[in-house]
Amino acid sequence: MTQNARQSSRPAGLRRQAEALASVLPPLMAEARHLAATVQLGEHGRRLSGMGDEFWQYRAAHAGDEARLIDWRRSGRADSQFVREKEWQAAQSVHLWVDDAHSMEFTGDPKRQAKADRARLLALALAVLLIRAGERVGLADAIAPPRSGEVQLLRLAQALTSAAGEADFGAPEARAILPGARAVFLSDFMGDPAAVEKALGLAADKGVTGVLMQVLDPIEEAFPFDGRTIFESMAGTVIHETRKAGDLRDRYLERLAERKDRLSKLAQQAGWIFTTHHTGDSAQAALLWLYGALGKDR
Amino acid sequence: MLILGPIGFATPWLLWGLIVLPVLWFLLRAIPPAPIRRRFPGVALLLGLKDDEQEADRTPWWLLLLRMVAVALIIAGFAGPVLNPEEKVAGEGPLLVLVDGAWADARDWPQRSGRIAAALAEAGRSGRTVALLSLSDPAPEGPVFVAADAALARLPSLQPKAWEPDAEAMAALSDQLPDGPFDTLWLSDGLAREGRADLARTLATHGKVTAIESPRNVMALGEAVYDSGQLGIGVLRARNAGPAATEVVARGLDPAGIERELARARAEFRADEGTAEAVFDLPPELRNRITRFEIVGEPTAGAVSLTDDALKRRKVALVAGGAGREGLELLSPDHFLRQALAPTADLIDGTVGDVVLANPDVIILADVAKVAETEALTDWIEQGGLLVRFAGPHLAASDVGRDTLDPLLPVRLRIGGRAVGGTMSWGEPKALAPFPENSPFFGLKVPDDVTVTAQILAQPGPDLAEATIATLADGTPLVTRRRVQDGQVVLFHVSANAEWSSLALSGLFVEMLERLAISSSATRPDEGELEGTTWVVERVLDGFGALQEADDMAGIPGERLAQPVPGPDLPPGLYASDDRRLAVNAIVPGRALAAAEWPAGIVVEGLAVQREQLLKGWVLAAALTLLLVDILAALALGGRLRRAGPGLAALAVAAVFAAAPGDAWAQTGEEDLVRASGNVVLAYVQTGDAEVDRVSEAGLWGLSEILFVRTSVEPVEPRGVNLETDELAVFTFLYWPVTPDQKTPSPQAYAKLNRYLRTGGMILFDTRDADVAGYGAASPEGRRLRALAAPLDIPPLEPVPKDHVLTRTFYLLQDFPGRFDGAPVWVEAAPADAEQVEGMPFRNLNDNVTPVVIGGNDWAAAWAVDDNGYPMFPVGRGLGGERQRELAYRFGVNIIMHVLTGNYKSDQVHVPALLERLGQ
Repeated sequence: MTQNARQSSRPAGLRRQAEALASVLPPLMAEARHLAATVQLGEHGRRLSGMGDEFWQYRAAHAGDEARLIDWRRSGRADSQFVREKEWQAAQSVHLWVDDAHSMEFTGDPKRQAKADRARLLALALAVLLIRAGERVGLADAIAPPRSGEVQLLRLAQALTSAAGEADFGAPEARAILPGARAVFLSDFMGDPAAVEKALGLAADKGVTGVLMQVLDPIEEAFPFDGRTIFESMAGTVIHETRKAGDLRDRYLERLAERKDRLSKLAQQAGWIFTTHHTGDSAQAALLWLYGALGKDR
Repeated sequence: MLILGPIGFATPWLLWGLIVLPVLWFLLRAIPPAPIRRRFPGVALLLGLKDDEQEADRTPWWLLLLRMVAVALIIAGFAGPVLNPEEKVAGEGPLLVLVDGAWADARDWPQRSGRIAAALAEAGRSGRTVALLSLSDPAPEGPVFVAADAALARLPSLQPKAWEPDAEAMAALSDQLPDGPFDTLWLSDGLAREGRADLARTLATHGKVTAIESPRNVMALGEAVYDSGQLGIGVLRARNAGPAATEVVARGLDPAGIERELARARAEFRADEGTAEAVFDLPPELRNRITRFEIVGEPTAGAVSLTDDALKRRKVALVAGGAGREGLELLSPDHFLRQALAPTADLIDGTVGDVVLANPDVIILADVAKVAETEALTDWIEQGGLLVRFAGPHLAASDVGRDTLDPLLPVRLRIGGRAVGGTMSWGEPKALAPFPENSPFFGLKVPDDVTVTAQILAQPGPDLAEATIATLADGTPLVTRRRVQDGQVVLFHVSANAEWSSLALSGLFVEMLERLAISSSATRPDEGELEGTTWVVERVLDGFGALQEADDMAGIPGERLAQPVPGPDLPPGLYASDDRRLAVNAIVPGRALAAAEWPAGIVVEGLAVQREQLLKGWVLAAALTLLLVDILAALALGGRLRRAGPGLAALAVAAVFAAAPGDAWAQTGEEDLVRASGNVVLAYVQTGDAEVDRVSEAGLWGLSEILFVRTSVEPVEPRGVNLETDELAVFTFLYWPVTPDQKTPSPQAYAKLNRYLRTGGMILFDTRDADVAGYGAASPEGRRLRALAAPLDIPPLEPVPKDHVLTRTFYLLQDFPGRFDGAPVWVEAAPADAEQVEGMPFRNLNDNVTPVVIGGNDWAAAWAVDDNGYPMFPVGRGLGGERQRELAYRFGVNIIMHVLTGNYKSDQVHVPALLERLGQ
């Protein structure tokens, strides 16, 4: 990806990048749609008449109704005039932020999805569900503002599969989030928690609530290392050397728990929900949880 | 070269490298194991964490030790270690290589020969002259020192002899030794021997004497002795240390004339005893066949004991004429014969007719005049029998052989006999004349007191002189002989008791019987007996105990044989004189073996040449192995083995399970077979497909039930048959469902199947495919059937003709449905000349049961019933289907009836004819 990104400035590279993208996009889309198809949509509309596309009820026209609102076909079958009411469908804007830092490219087992892949998959599947439900979905940055419709899905997929970021650890982006919208942050949150704190603060100021989903590899939870080891971050910027990795396990796990605790508290304060998802677990369960969490007060 | 114990080093200065080891210890200890680089996003959480222990980076002591040993091995390996390094101490002056060359050398001869070659080559390198001499076969001119190459060229012609060097030869050699100093290398066979020490001492005066002996014990066989029905043979050994055991084999010709092992016995030495005995308890027929005894695994002449007549016990039939009166034993015609023969021969009593049937070696007729079974007896003589007759009152009184030559007498007889020296006659009793040279008795001493008072006389004739082999002093024949083809007839003109002569009372009588090979002496003939005889070597033993043809050996006088110490002039072997045979063995009777003792000052070495063995490869390989272990250990220490761990464990578990494969077929017990042999058991061939086998069993179960209910055939439980392991002979009927992936039986199984088919068994092949392919290659079952049946002995086939016996053995049937219907069923084709006789409903077809029935109607499925007796599979539809199932059962009944009764129903075609005949 990074390779392609660097080459994209040149025409030859552009073509290659486009092909690489095209090769990734359909599978990701297909996978996301497949995943989304497993979720039964339980809620349709608000069960109230209002703005929307779906027919709700006919009611007798009364004074003040514009003549163009009268449904002549229905009125022709009766003596009085009827107005065709539609169900009120409130579209919610949902912003997705998927960490594109190098740390997300980690996987503890070649057979397992990388964290980034899982996060992208979850994000796009969630987008499929939401768009199917009529919501507007966009990214947290300014590249893809929330829109509805199938085309937005393609746009999202393209944005999600675009070049990964250069950073070692990702920081959430909250500036482009529309006020009052919902947001979903998918990351491993291994970077500086201060960035998360800042982003959440910004979001809370705008009245944005949402979900923090920490995507972790099982290896990161287990720390099954031993012996003399030099640990490097994925981009190699952070290095830690130990002579007996096994001895670090308990302290590492302690720190990880601490980090989760801190994120959880942050989320609580900002009215968000925090959860941890492991790439070793089923993506479907995570998607259901995400959808449910978003639907709670939508 | 540096030599430490059995190991030497080619380049010892490299060992100084070992000094570096302690330095290496410190270096290795200071360097911690290399770290693993891991990409791990969680590193952000690790920042600032400190290691608890500082010791962990030190290499553990055992790993260090492992590495040290590996390095030490590498250094030692390159220093060129050598096992059994040869210290080459070159001798000077001439070298005398002495070999005992006796039979005891034969076992290790290749090693000895190799040792000599090594010594000669060594001498050649240092420019020494060499003399090579075998004590058993010394060159007449004594040792001659020649160039080592020339001696080496002579080496292949040096072979061990079957005899041992004697003291005289060694003494002679002492005198022949050249003057001047020379060293001696004496390859001894390790047996104590007279003259050896003297020769060794003489040699020691000339120079250094080195004796080389094999550490193996020398064993030999003594004489075989027959005692009270058992053959005992002594086994000797040279060193008496500790108990030991060995096996002795008796070899001889079998009835087909092929030499083979006849018996085997064990001889156990007790501690500190030099002899043991192997005892054979054999029937006389087998015992007489024995030609030699051998110690197993000792290919030497000493470990072979040839047998001669001494072991042979002849079967002698005694028939006496005129029943002797009870109580007067001394007067009975055969009393003295019986006394003379009983110790050395197996006696048979009975009438002539009875004893001829027993095919004895010799039949003795004592005073029997007329023999009824002349022809049988003549035949027996012509085939090599020896008939010995004694005269007596009966023969004298009869007219047998008076006018013509009786076939059972050697000469014509004159009427009456003569009596001399009696109270009523003139003259003195006659003494015996010395035996003529052409007589088998030649050389026997005639005692003076043997006299003849009465005898019968031979009719004088031109051939009488030739027939006579013993005469009285006045020239009248006493014993006459006539050869009849392979056999001979001998007549003693006197009686076998003491009435007519005192011959029967003398030792000469026994000796004469021995010479005639009627009896054989249990002991070796002594000097007196052997005097004057000449023996011809038939076959000689070589040093390795093998019999060789003796082509150009001169006859050997009996006197030499009397002292049977083998030597160049009397090689061990088989000697023959006339009909007698004498064996000369390498071990003289009464000989005991003892280990050689050498005078002081003589170096005794083992035979084995310890070869230099370069250890470099092994040591370096060990170092490499240690380094590999080190890699594993280092990986384990560094935490790199963690991932491979479960994989390795799984591999180990898989290996364990692979090593214990389950047996797909349970071994079926013998009881089953016993039951099957006593009952009718329907059997099916196990295909290896569990479902097919289950259906086959259920089908045969259903058919068995139907047979039990409807017919007098009462089968027991059906049984699966494994063609490879089960005995087929006990089954009458095999149902063989063909599956496409069935394993082809082994050739042994096919042999069994063919035998089964030939002896009246039947196989019902069922392709279970409704024969859609029509026996082309189109259906996989059809193809498989072709492959399976190809090696079977199957006659030409044809679809069941309308008048085949299978259509009427129990039910009248015209088609043979199973679960499928309509496909043809094939049986053995009718002979081409089978024709329908006028008025007969059926042709007279094959007399036998058709060995195979081939079809594809899946009969077992139609017959199959479940545990409750309900059909397992539907057949057809509705009532029509049930009808089809019924017909399938009827086919099953018919086929079992056909197997059990054969062409019985076919024979019914003759009923009208039989009835017609009865009516007349």
